[in-house]
Amino acid sequence: MNNNIQIRVDLNRPNFKLCCDLALPYRGITILFGPSGSGKTTLLRCVAGLETTFEGRIAIGQDVWHDSEKKHTSPVWQRPIGYVFQEASLFEHLSVQQNLNFGLKRSQSRHPLEHSIELLGIGDLLKRRPASLSGGERQRVAIARALATAPQLLLLDEPLAALDEARRQDIMPWLERLRDELHTPMLYVTHSSQEAARLGDHMVLLEHGHVTHSGDVADVFSRIDDQDTGAILTARVVSKDQPWQLAELAFDDLTIWTADNNLTINQTVRLRIAARDVSISTSKPLNTSIQNQIAGRILFIEDDRHPSHALVTIGCGKSRLLARVTRKAVHTLDLSVEQKVWAQIKSVALLV
Amino acid sequence: MNDLHTILNQSAIDAILLTLRLAAVTTICLLIIAIPLAWWLSQTRSRWRAPVSAMVTLPLVLPPTVLGFYLLVMMGPTGPIGQITEAIGLGLLSFTFSGLVVGSIVFSLPFAVQPIQHAFESMGKRPMEVAATLRARPIDAFFNVALPMAKPGILTASILSFAHTVGEFGVVLMIGGNIAGQTSVVSTEIYTYVESMQYAQAHWLAAIMVVFSFVVLLWLALMKRQTRAMLS
Repeated sequence: MNNNIQIRVDLNRPNFKLCCDLALPYRGITILFGPSGSGKTTLLRCVAGLETTFEGRIAIGQDVWHDSEKKHTSPVWQRPIGYVFQEASLFEHLSVQQNLNFGLKRSQSRHPLEHSIELLGIGDLLKRRPASLSGGERQRVAIARALATAPQLLLLDEPLAALDEARRQDIMPWLERLRDELHTPMLYVTHSSQEAARLGDHMVLLEHGHVTHSGDVADVFSRIDDQDTGAILTARVVSKDQPWQLAELAFDDLTIWTADNNLTINQTVRLRIAARDVSISTSKPLNTSIQNQIAGRILFIEDDRHPSHALVTIGCGKSRLLARVTRKAVHTLDLSVEQKVWAQIKSVALLV
Repeated sequence: MNDLHTILNQSAIDAILLTLRLAAVTTICLLIIAIPLAWWLSQTRSRWRAPVSAMVTLPLVLPPTVLGFYLLVMMGPTGPIGQITEAIGLGLLSFTFSGLVVGSIVFSLPFAVQPIQHAFESMGKRPMEVAATLRARPIDAFFNVALPMAKPGILTASILSFAHTVGEFGVVLMIGGNIAGQTSVVSTEIYTYVESMQYAQAHWLAAIMVVFSFVVLLWLALMKRQTRAMLS
């Protein structure tokens, strides 16, 4: 069975156009990424059925939710989705428990609430009124409320954007738990590259209502055209060097060292290695302060945004690293595709 | 009641009871009409929205006598409403309690519709969207989300409709004709007393009206403060 999410949308508004044709995996977290006004929220609303006046087709596997050619649109309330809005939008006239029950009753879900309540840590809030909750608590309740209907697809519209940085850091681990413990596929709208890198599996880049890239998050991330360009890696903590406060992380057959921020052995972490923090050497560097040196092979050399720079993609095992170097350096070192090089990594950002 | 009789005569007491009955019936009818109308006005993008909205507001600016005059003509034996009510066996509504109710409904319509419409509009589309994503059909979402959220607006509308009906004069005089025991309400009764130089009775009734109106407005103000405190 073709288990994809098909999203074909052609939408025309006086000041806005959205045109895309996407086939997304029906698993994991798909990030819809782009600047504000790029159409990512509108796209999500089309999937939910909150926007219905557009040409195209929305289908999950064999279930067709919208097909303009056949003049078919399922109303929102018949679609098996959960939707988390940017503002929690809790029902203020109901208690937290009643907010959770609202969807549960109507979906005839046999999915017990306890699991979501435990997963999002809101057990102590059930009797409270939404007005008495903090921003982070409200958003956790909103997520639990969406989960209470046992959705087949969870749609999240910038769920952290209305929160301050500290609150965002509070909620991220809960979202990671959702990703790892529930097997509900999610579409996640954000303009934060940090959230995208930390949570995403698949990623869609939107700009001015058009899709510029769609693919595995690590691949797409290397395409983001800004100073954040870099590689995303998933690694496992394999050892710790207590005296030096370092931890060793393994991915594929390679290892790198990073500062130990209370990591535990066997913990899975995501790393981001920015292209500007990677330099290239044609031989194994000696006498350098840089601890992480990884052998690899050059896959591509591309022009960067600024004409003085080049972006070099280095294949290391199954993973890829990006290095931003000057074109002069490419010329001087005589770098070419397929060449064996050493990537020196100046710093590693742990996305925890 | 005995105490009341020492200061007010029977026709004044009748007028008070009739006024309260008229205001209660009118308020109930108005809520039944105004809630769906306010909902439609708050949601629709139809080109009929503006004309309907203007029609609803019209009683606010027209002299009550103009309104009462047209209603009287329409309810009369040659008017369209009169012909319908006669055809279905209700008889003529002019100079009856039912006629007063119809007149009061039209007269107080803006006072019922506007607070409710405002409550629905300030709620925005979001709560209904949330309800739909939680599997609620539109009608279910209306009764279980929109209506409870608009409760302060509905309460304000009820109080204003009731008080405004109690305070009306021109429309009831035109339609009801001030018939003692049937269509004579407090405001027209005061007029009768003044006409016949019974100033003492007129004083009592007028004072009751002032106190009543003050209490209602005070209650509204306190309620608003309470809802604000609840929301913040």
